[in-house]
Amino acid sequence: MPNHAVMPSAAPRAPAGSFLSIRGLSKSFGPFQALKSIDLEIGEGEFVCFLGSSGCGKTTLLRAIAGLDRQTSGTIMLRGLDVSNAPPSARDFGIVFQSYALFPNLTVAANVGYGLVNQRKPRVAIDARVKELLALVGLPDQAMKYPAQLSGGQQQRVALARALATSPGLLLLDEPLSALDARVRLRLREEIRALQRRLGVTTIMVTHDQEEALSMAERIVVMNHGVIEQVGTPEEVYARPKTAFVADFVGRMTFLPGVIESETLVRLGDQRLRVAETPGFATGELVALGLRPEAVRLVDGAGENRLAMRITALEYLGSFVRATLSSDGAAPLTLLADLPFNVMQDRAYIPGQAVMAELPAGALRVFPSRTGA
Amino acid sequence: MSVEAAPRHRDREALVATALLLGLALVLVLLIAVPLWSLLSKSVQNSNGQFVGLANFSRYIATPSLVASLWNSIWVSSLVALIVVPLAFLYAYALTRSRMPGRGLFMAVAMTPLFAPSLLSAISLIYIFGNQGFLKSWLFGASIYGPVGIVIAEAVYCFPHALLILVTALRLADGRLYEVAEALGTAKSRVFFTVTLPGARYGLVSAVFVVFTLVITDFGIPKVIGGQFNVLATDAYKQIVGQQNFEMGAVVGLILLMPAILAFAVDRQVQKRQVALLSARAVPYEPKANAKRDLALLAFCLVIGGVLIGMLGMAIWASFIRYWPYNLSLTLNNYDFANFDPQGWGAYLTSLQMAALTAIFGTALVFMGAYLVEKTRPQPLLRGFVHFLAMLPMAVPGLVLGLGYVFFVNAKWNPLGIFYGTLVVLVANTVAHFYTVAHITAVTQLKQIDSEFESVSASLKVPFWVTFRRVTLPISLPAVTDIAVYLFVNALTTVSAVIFLYGPSTKLASIAIVHMDEMGAVAAAAAMATCIVFTAMAVKLLHLALDRLVFARFQAWRKR
Amino acid sequence: MKQGWLAGVAMGLVLAMGWSNAAEAQGRTRITAYTALENDQLQPFKQAIEADVPDVEIAWVRDSTGVITSRFLAEKDNPRADIVLGLAATSLLLFEKLNLLEEYKPAGADALKPAYKDTSGGYTWTGMDAFLAVVCFNTAEAGKDKIAAPTSWMDLTKPEFKGKVVMPHPASSGTGYLKVAAWLQIMGEQAGWAYMDKLHENIAVYTHSGSAPCVQAAKGERLVGIGFDMRGAREKTQGAPIDLILPKEGAGWDMEATAIVKGSKNLAAAKKVADWVATKKANELYGKYYALVAHPDVKSAPPNYPADAEVKMAKNDFTWMAENRERILAEWTKRYDSKAAPR
Repeated sequence: MPNHAVMPSAAPRAPAGSFLSIRGLSKSFGPFQALKSIDLEIGEGEFVCFLGSSGCGKTTLLRAIAGLDRQTSGTIMLRGLDVSNAPPSARDFGIVFQSYALFPNLTVAANVGYGLVNQRKPRVAIDARVKELLALVGLPDQAMKYPAQLSGGQQQRVALARALATSPGLLLLDEPLSALDARVRLRLREEIRALQRRLGVTTIMVTHDQEEALSMAERIVVMNHGVIEQVGTPEEVYARPKTAFVADFVGRMTFLPGVIESETLVRLGDQRLRVAETPGFATGELVALGLRPEAVRLVDGAGENRLAMRITALEYLGSFVRATLSSDGAAPLTLLADLPFNVMQDRAYIPGQAVMAELPAGALRVFPSRTGA
Repeated sequence: MSVEAAPRHRDREALVATALLLGLALVLVLLIAVPLWSLLSKSVQNSNGQFVGLANFSRYIATPSLVASLWNSIWVSSLVALIVVPLAFLYAYALTRSRMPGRGLFMAVAMTPLFAPSLLSAISLIYIFGNQGFLKSWLFGASIYGPVGIVIAEAVYCFPHALLILVTALRLADGRLYEVAEALGTAKSRVFFTVTLPGARYGLVSAVFVVFTLVITDFGIPKVIGGQFNVLATDAYKQIVGQQNFEMGAVVGLILLMPAILAFAVDRQVQKRQVALLSARAVPYEPKANAKRDLALLAFCLVIGGVLIGMLGMAIWASFIRYWPYNLSLTLNNYDFANFDPQGWGAYLTSLQMAALTAIFGTALVFMGAYLVEKTRPQPLLRGFVHFLAMLPMAVPGLVLGLGYVFFVNAKWNPLGIFYGTLVVLVANTVAHFYTVAHITAVTQLKQIDSEFESVSASLKVPFWVTFRRVTLPISLPAVTDIAVYLFVNALTTVSAVIFLYGPSTKLASIAIVHMDEMGAVAAAAAMATCIVFTAMAVKLLHLALDRLVFARFQAWRKR
Repeated sequence: MKQGWLAGVAMGLVLAMGWSNAAEAQGRTRITAYTALENDQLQPFKQAIEADVPDVEIAWVRDSTGVITSRFLAEKDNPRADIVLGLAATSLLLFEKLNLLEEYKPAGADALKPAYKDTSGGYTWTGMDAFLAVVCFNTAEAGKDKIAAPTSWMDLTKPEFKGKVVMPHPASSGTGYLKVAAWLQIMGEQAGWAYMDKLHENIAVYTHSGSAPCVQAAKGERLVGIGFDMRGAREKTQGAPIDLILPKEGAGWDMEATAIVKGSKNLAAAKKVADWVATKKANELYGKYYALVAHPDVKSAPPNYPADAEVKMAKNDFTWMAENRERILAEWTKRYDSKAAPR
């Protein structure tokens, strides 16, 4: 796996080896600003995911990179070449859509060879290349079928083979797995990842599924309301979310309202919690204290960063149980805690039970207060 | 770091698309906009061509009959829509949502008015309900000459148009909604009002406006059967044909455009919201057997279908009668057209030529035009303009369009004048006259095709015209043949626009029918109309057969 | 693909032009003649002209009087017709006023009856035949209701004709206007309007087509149709149970006439055709279809025409008709048309 240094998101930097470089890219649809001055660098051979909820601008960004929808302002450089105003056909990419967009009246082989025929290659060469690609996506014997005769997963493999047929420098995947059922989705996820590693083709995938992004991408670009919230490896984005939005969108996070007391102390009602850091926050400032459910531990006995709470609900989610915890009192705090199945089995928690929850200082992250935000 | 721009010469596609769009816009401007302008601009001129502002309008508004005409036009059009749309809805419901036997046959029967010149239903009505009609008593003393006749004849004429729209709307239903409703134990009537009706409401709105526009712009039926019941369309006829007052004719034509354009604008607004409603994963609805429902619907369809067949049958019978109503013996003489018209069967052959050329060139223009509007990216303003032009002819009465062609094509400065009186002008005019519905059909078809095909092609460096030829066109073949048949059939039956345009050797059968009817040779007129009906039906049957036998081979990909 | 399409267009254009110009290849001059003659007269007229005038081919454009007149006027900036042959004189007067006709007096015109000749300044049009307004009276229907045949215009205002009379709408049809104008001239304006007020009570419908009233009467749709003699005669010949009645007050009439179109590109040939129109032989042909023809020596008696037609021709001032058209139509519309209620 190629090792790419993690790049800070907002600082526009043009490394000599940058494959795709986006500067100040904006796109408006009438009064609506879909993209607000996006800066992004992508290295050669990288697998990058654009992650965000629908309407966040991720697909708009992908289509701008492809040249399918022209940006309002900003530049796009591909291999050091300014392609900002180049038509799609001059940009060297292959694309796969959620809808597959296979040509229904052409056979699988004709679909895969669609871009090759136009290159005026000899018939034999085309046939060989089509065969090779179909083998690559695991459909060696489906060449003469029509798309309607294939399953969704098979169709998407054909679409992938078609996109790769002309050996593009950049592979764009627009929610390629969203139309498939869960099991096929999982399998295809691995196959695409393996294929991408094998071919080393720079790949950008748009998705709204954080799990998909976490499991496939080398770097994730989290987007919200037309801006990039964070760029980082899956580990970074998950463990050190820069914003409350990222924290909550990538994995779950519960937020508790608090007030900064010192550099390492936050007050919640009449409790005080120690935190690792409060970067940039002033004493007395209202904040939101974020905590992932799996970081909460149920312990015995009081102590630092421990809150007395009561289990109000238990939700079985396969390998773990998600407990909703509430504190008693006038302003109750609510917290989610993920309990591994074996812990559940050992302790046999039931709703209504009083417990002691430990909130490890290293897992607590301080975000600006969300009230009014 | 030095920045190199990517080579720009590869944006050939955008250039080609722009060039084609410009060409299309030019063609439509010549076909639709300039001819219309040529006539409508006369509304602000006097008979010497001097600009007189709104003088003609104030003169027309001062006429006492205007308010009456306007009001008559509006209420008759509304009434016809109110009668036709519910009937067509129920008929469409029977065709799409029941397992009633003979659905294909009933569909074919319902299409017959589309295949007949509008004069045919007027002849039938007079023979049935006229003063010598054998069912005259059914009108309870009312006269067929007047609003009653107009409403009945227009209802028959509009029925297939409304039906086509509503069948499409009901066919698009999502079967899953019905399964949910059934699972919840919803009463049948409630399912109808909460699922069926809302699902088809855009089709209903569209059908209402199409019927309204068709009725308000048609002058053929009110002219023949309307008596002196004044509507806007006959007002235009009076000014243009009765008094040769083109300026006032243009005023009426312009006033006539208003309700039609208004109806059209409302329709577009409503249609805009439709898009989001249809999900790609909808499951086709399969009606379940229900003997009681199917029997009731069958009875209803038998009545409606019987009326339509009766109208046609009456005209066919009329075409064999020696002298209605005094000598009802049968004869074939009425088909010897040389006795009634110097062109004899020649007019029929000219009609066939004209219809074939209209179908070929019209379909090519309409479909490629719709593709450019719908599937290319450059020049959004130009595409919007082209779309507007394409939607315009629907609201234009044929008389206005036809006269506009005379003023435009025959103008001294116009080099296109060499085509005046030839089939070229007849074909161009007919394509323009029926452009809108053909365009809507093409756009609807293209909207159903994944919009990402062009994106994929661009990524594969395949220009859009290759994708058009290899993918879009083959997929759309059924819609393309639909358009061709639509244009062919209408070219066979059109009268109002071409009556000013035919030349010495290009007289059409539809015009010969009008002439024969005028000279009292009603039976011969009915005979020629019968020939046209059967030709149109034969073409439609050929179309179906082709669909089944030939296209099926190219459409193997549709099978699962 | 695109090239193929273009080639198709080109081919279509060529074919279409080829069809329209087939005659010129034969070396004859093709004369485009606008006409409102009856459909069944076109072929005999064409054959007769082409037999008598060598090297001329007649190409008819035929439509009803209103349509052909509108069309001619719409084309006035770039006329397409070489000659107007067999169109109502009222229309030709309109054309003459707009200076759209070529000044030419056919060779034999002097021999024709005075009424059939253009007497205004420049000579442009020549009459061919005349037709009279008549009452087409359906005897079969009258027999059922025991209604006596009318003998005068006044008879038509009797109560037994209520809702049984049809006439052309004067705003839609030139023949309708001709009738209104004739009554005003025969009876005088005041009495004429008073007459029409009463007649209006009996009118079932004002038809938009000038030919419809006699056709409807012939088919029994109406008892009485106010139409023209040649139309009624034709229906009667085909077996319609109608009588053509010339009201005793006299009847309005119009004539069919011929004129060369100013700007004709085939002027010489058109003049030869115009000469033919005034010949005795041509008038004999008119005589097969019309009771009244221009040539004094031609005695015609086509079947089923009423007798004494010439005597009943009322005074008809075409110039007065044209000058007062707008005023009369406005008055007519005010009196009768705005009553939207149909009968």
